[in-house]
Amino acid sequence: MSITDFLTDLLNPDLAFLPKALAIAVMSSIVCGVVGCYVVLRGMAFIGDAVAHAVFPGIAVAFVLQGSLVLGGAAAGVATALLIAIFAQNRRVKEDSVIGVFLVGAFALGIVIISQAPGYAGSLQQFLFGSITGIPDRDLYVVGGAGLVILGLVLALHKEFVSVCLDREMSRSMGLPVFWLDIVLYVLVTLAVVISLQTIGNILVLALLITPAAAARLLTDRLGVMMLLAPVIGGASATVGLYLSWSYDTPVGGTIVLVATAIFLAAWLLAPRHGLLTKRWRRTSAQEPADLTRPAPLPDLAHPQDPSPVVR
Amino acid sequence: MRALEVDQLDVDLGGRPVLRDIHLHLDRGELVGLLGPNGAGKTTLLRAILALTRTRGGTVTVEGKPSRPGRSDIGYVPQRHEFTWDFPISVEQAVMTGRTGRLGLLRRPSVADWRAVGDALDRVQLTGLRRRPVGELSGGQRQRVLVARALALAPRILLLDEPFTGLDMPTQELLGQLFTSLAREDRAVLMTTHDLVAAVDTCTRLVLLNGRIIADGHPADLQDAERWTKTFGVSETSPLLKLVRAT
Repeated sequence: MSITDFLTDLLNPDLAFLPKALAIAVMSSIVCGVVGCYVVLRGMAFIGDAVAHAVFPGIAVAFVLQGSLVLGGAAAGVATALLIAIFAQNRRVKEDSVIGVFLVGAFALGIVIISQAPGYAGSLQQFLFGSITGIPDRDLYVVGGAGLVILGLVLALHKEFVSVCLDREMSRSMGLPVFWLDIVLYVLVTLAVVISLQTIGNILVLALLITPAAAARLLTDRLGVMMLLAPVIGGASATVGLYLSWSYDTPVGGTIVLVATAIFLAAWLLAPRHGLLTKRWRRTSAQEPADLTRPAPLPDLAHPQDPSPVVR
Repeated sequence: MRALEVDQLDVDLGGRPVLRDIHLHLDRGELVGLLGPNGAGKTTLLRAILALTRTRGGTVTVEGKPSRPGRSDIGYVPQRHEFTWDFPISVEQAVMTGRTGRLGLLRRPSVADWRAVGDALDRVQLTGLRRRPVGELSGGQRQRVLVARALALAPRILLLDEPFTGLDMPTQELLGQLFTSLAREDRAVLMTTHDLVAAVDTCTRLVLLNGRIIADGHPADLQDAERWTKTFGVSETSPLLKLVRAT
């Protein structure tokens, strides 16, 4: 299918679910891209995974009670995130074990609950793998509103999050409420996951959080640039993924994630400074084989006002 | 008024006594070395001074007032491994995070904040590297970034946790000179260290700690072997004692 056909389909009133799915996929991947930067930099990918699984029982309850899947998932995810943060205070069991316990526990609870609903097999598949049909209009507003709230909180608390990511001990000594900042970050991750579930599905949602941010990290050494690149990569993956999925009739969640993965691999090979191939090309094209990633000799304390300018 | 006064401090961790009956005071202009073996409670004492750990008894007074995180005039330089060095952030931005608590919520750094960061970078002579990602720095430069981050608030008291660990001799010497001059600029500086030679060489006063204060005095007055064997739990023939006698 050509791009023109895809655009025509997007505007076709009989296919109204398609632009809705695109809007939700793009909005949620932008939000996930931004929040995912903290997840990647703090090495909390496992927490993202846990939260993604933990929303499942909430969705199951919402499904059984015919409520809003987004709200149900958010409630369960936030509850699990709080439980993890509280249980992780106990030093005897490490945080990753606590996360593991709640991850599978919550998922198991979800499976038991949803098995109580008649004809659950089809819906189960929808939750797990995502779908572009059957998105109520209400979800469009919920996702948009939640996305704005999440991005607003990120903007408001950015310097606190950075400080805690960098050095918890120092942040405590400055009087920052480290525990509460952790909780807020967990909740933001949860909400980002929940609004992305609809199109991507429960199992693959972690990819929206991790992959664009990880690709962006490969492309830059500057946090600000990374937090702009990640949502762009996410949004592009969602758009291209949906187009390919619609053209070739492949599962939408899987296709979006494959596109994001391809971008990650491309970044890994071709990143301007640290890409595998880039480094090789530069080495062969240079007169002498110098490793350009090594820092140049630096000024020292003994020669204080060394004027060597640092260009970057 | 003393810059820092620790009085009858007791601290338990996990139900076990870690510090008992600690008396310690610091005046401005002093560079005090806190020496002791692993598990002696050095870091715990620093955390207690910062009011980051619950105390069982006793008081910590900073410039006449009880210590409170974010309120007291203390700059803290934690051990280097506490910092996430692979974070994509430049030297000057990392130093600016030292002012996060002071800035408060929803406030962006002003010109005055950037000036304070610039002064701190000048002070540790990192101005030429201010735009470099922190991950590309050497160990000594990293230590100076952490010192600059603490100095960004222009504190009167500086607590340094193991600043010499893992650094080579020339770097230690340069850092030692930096700490000495920071103390001379009317600051009270307290640093923990394992490094006896560096401590004896740079500090105006040494405090030997092992659960309690075993000795407190000028390096030249601490020749008595028994205090060192008691602090470090070593025998009379330990190389440590030869070092002490040699210095």
